[in-house]
Amino acid sequence: MTQAVNNLALLPLYAAAGTALLVLVCDLAFGRFQLFAGVLGATATVFCALFSSPRDTFCSADLCSWVGSSRAALLAALFAALTAGVLALSAGALREGYAPVGEFCFLLTCSMAGGVTVAYAGDLITLIVGLETLTLPLYILVGLRRRLAGGSSAAVTFFLISVISTAVALLGAALLYIATGALHLSALTAGTGRFTHLGTVGTALLIIGFAFKIAAVPLHAWAPTTYDGAPIPVATYLSTASKLGGVIALAAVVQRLDTGPIMAVLAVLTMTVGNLVALRQTRMVRLLAWSSVAQAGYIIAPLAAGSDGVEAAFAYAIFFILLEFVAFAVVVALRGPALDGGTIDDYRGAGRRNKWLGAALVLSFAGLAGLPPGLAGLFAKITVIASLIDTGWGWLAGVVALNAVIALAYYIRVAALLYAPIKPVGISVVDPELLHRATHPRLPVPAAVTAALAVGAAAAIIFGFAPQAIFTLLSR
Amino acid sequence: MIGQVLLVAVLALPAAGALVTALLPERTARITATVFAALTLVVAVSSWSSSDVSWLWVPRLGINFHLGVDGISYPLVVLTALLTVLCCAYTVWKVPEGGSGRTLSALILVLEVGILGTFLALDLVLFFVFFEVVLLPMYAVIAGWGGPNRRAAARKFVLYTLAGSVLLLLGVFTVVAAAGTSDMSMLAYGAGLSRTTQCVAFTLFALAFAVKAPLWPLHTWLPAAHTEAPTVGSVLLAGVMLKMGTYGLIRIGIGVTPEGADWASWVLGAFAVAAIVAGSLICLRQTELKRLIAYSSVGHMGFVLLGIATQTTAGVQAALIGNVAHGIITGLLFFLAGAVKDRAHTGNLADLGGLRETAPRLAGLVGFACIASLGLPGLAGFWGEAFAVVAALHRGWTTFAVIAAIGGALTALYFMRLLRKLTHGPATSALTGISAITRTEWLAWSPLIVLTLAVGLVPALVLTPALDSLASIGALR
Repeated sequence: MTQAVNNLALLPLYAAAGTALLVLVCDLAFGRFQLFAGVLGATATVFCALFSSPRDTFCSADLCSWVGSSRAALLAALFAALTAGVLALSAGALREGYAPVGEFCFLLTCSMAGGVTVAYAGDLITLIVGLETLTLPLYILVGLRRRLAGGSSAAVTFFLISVISTAVALLGAALLYIATGALHLSALTAGTGRFTHLGTVGTALLIIGFAFKIAAVPLHAWAPTTYDGAPIPVATYLSTASKLGGVIALAAVVQRLDTGPIMAVLAVLTMTVGNLVALRQTRMVRLLAWSSVAQAGYIIAPLAAGSDGVEAAFAYAIFFILLEFVAFAVVVALRGPALDGGTIDDYRGAGRRNKWLGAALVLSFAGLAGLPPGLAGLFAKITVIASLIDTGWGWLAGVVALNAVIALAYYIRVAALLYAPIKPVGISVVDPELLHRATHPRLPVPAAVTAALAVGAAAAIIFGFAPQAIFTLLSR
Repeated sequence: MIGQVLLVAVLALPAAGALVTALLPERTARITATVFAALTLVVAVSSWSSSDVSWLWVPRLGINFHLGVDGISYPLVVLTALLTVLCCAYTVWKVPEGGSGRTLSALILVLEVGILGTFLALDLVLFFVFFEVVLLPMYAVIAGWGGPNRRAAARKFVLYTLAGSVLLLLGVFTVVAAAGTSDMSMLAYGAGLSRTTQCVAFTLFALAFAVKAPLWPLHTWLPAAHTEAPTVGSVLLAGVMLKMGTYGLIRIGIGVTPEGADWASWVLGAFAVAAIVAGSLICLRQTELKRLIAYSSVGHMGFVLLGIATQTTAGVQAALIGNVAHGIITGLLFFLAGAVKDRAHTGNLADLGGLRETAPRLAGLVGFACIASLGLPGLAGFWGEAFAVVAALHRGWTTFAVIAAIGGALTALYFMRLLRKLTHGPATSALTGISAITRTEWLAWSPLIVLTLAVGLVPALVLTPALDSLASIGALR
């Protein structure tokens, strides 16, 4: 049986895969322009996803493996935009030669193609293949450094955990297929008769496999090590795009299967453990990693309500990704290309030295804590709580609310540190301010990083005032 | 149409002012902020009886940008705008240590947006959004320009009040999920919410607003925040931010969940009375000037909450006038305490004394403000306290009324103690040779002095506009 393939429907994927090819060709033919080609192609993918009308393809009967919708288009565009953003953030480090440029850009754009596939996936196999394409290049990217050896342990941790989680998810999909004969997301059902238990086990394994991807507690232990060991731009990608892939996969499963209790337990554990451990962090990227574990808890909380909560989960995920991207971008800008995230104390007074970067970090931390001026984060918090109360999960809304208070404690600690007066040094100095400036030089920020940060912050502000635009795209 | 423009301008002007201020050079910025605040005051005063603004903002979450002003919110709106002008003007003259005056002025204007928005919002979710706007700017004001223990105090303030406001969020969506709308005008009189929903929602609202007001025993963030905050921060915090709690209790607690309020009224009343007595007793033992005034707010807010708890027309009127009077008088008291502290470089009462000898005018003003605060008839503080007690009697809460009256007497006691320590006796070294009141200080204080007298002599200024509006928000006894 041959399937009619609607090539127009696949346009975003062609654009994404084409970008990867373009980068490869640039690398081979010119040995330069790889980054430019990557950003250009990713931007083109954003436009292809947003402005081509969504269509289905790879259909047999009325079930399709490639399902176009404005939600899928929005998520695909987000993957592409994040790729462009992360490429831009890496500009400084790549110019300094910390990683081979061609390989870096090629791998990241390959990952983007996986992300686009995940966004449009209509069956479990496409979903898992897309998810693997999204993750596979990241194993290498996490460890891809010329000079530092620290990345390799992070890469191995990440690789092992990811491979296991994929195997678990595949096993779950297989069991579910045996029990129900369904693979298409819109046809998933719980097993009946003597297959009831098999179906339940399959569902649970799927959830567990995907929960690894978003680093939900108790399947989270890889995240802080990996984030802290990876170059900051790659950590950015891991905590935004890679996490979004996991959320899409989880949402696909919970939409049709009854997973309320397991999702609720995961959500409560994830947000509570994430926040409590984040309170004690002293390293910047680890703090962001633990906070993003906690944020994953807020994202999956509405999924406890099944399909009624999917829109809220996506809305939260999108607002979170915008703000998280801004936070990481500021870290990149403040720390320069060579360094890791450093300790939190390294950021003391950074907001006084660099007004705009300080303001951007405050905006993003306020948003992550769900408070104005980070209006995007405020609406994200409101969406999740409203959705949980609407669907009768009032107690879970209470847990989310409580966690919001815990989370503020560490976000505000870092935000306040940005404006804290400088610590006196051990010896007496005539002008401590001058000494501080001399030992903490204001690093030049590459234009690409500035541009990515500006676009990210502008998006966070615009969607903070007009969140309905996101809701409208998600609901269709 | 003009009215709608005015209403939007009340919020847009300070917001724009904050942006402009943040971008200008230091001294120009502070003056610009004052100009914007003054313009906002003019607009706020003339916004009386303007028709509602209602735009769909986020349909998915049911958020309507619904603003309106009525007799309940109008006095508070004007008070907020007035105190902001005074604080901005004060900042032009004196920037507290810790950061630039430009940023402080911008933050004051952002605070104003949040507070005014809370008073003007006629949509539950919008109310919540504005309620949250004030959190971080106030944190920044305390943590940036405060006293030696400012960080701990600011953190306590922000975490405590955020805990309150997430309860508000839960309450808001409990109501919205049950009623299907968040528009307060449609939710008035309970809007057919079941008794259980109302009781659950009111419990959440009452806790949320009790933290903000603050009601004993949820007041513990307040003394630290006040002691450490710079003068302008204390003035805004005590003057108008606490009123967001009591205003919310009237507008939302009684307005949206009347059955719940009725169910919990005596509990609220009991806590209010306990707050009055506890606040006074704690004040009797205070040794720090600003801390004492901060704790006095607990007692005064107890009277306001007692008025609200009675759910009678007289009680709610008492609460409204108590709100405004407390805003005026405590604003003045914090300005004066700040002036004393700045001159003496200490707020420790043991080191202060004989202010009458070294700065008779300042001592006179402190005396005036203290006497107004303890509720002398003829000054603003009297009406709220007296009517709250009367309303409690009408409600049949004789015990509460008696205890509240005793608490009122204790209030007089601790203010007298304060005056004896601060103004009488021989002049201490800290207060010797201090400078006289400057022109800017007179400028900042005189409106408050005049209003203390005006509201005291003609309480109808506040009560008349409120009377018509009370019927529209909910059922009162």
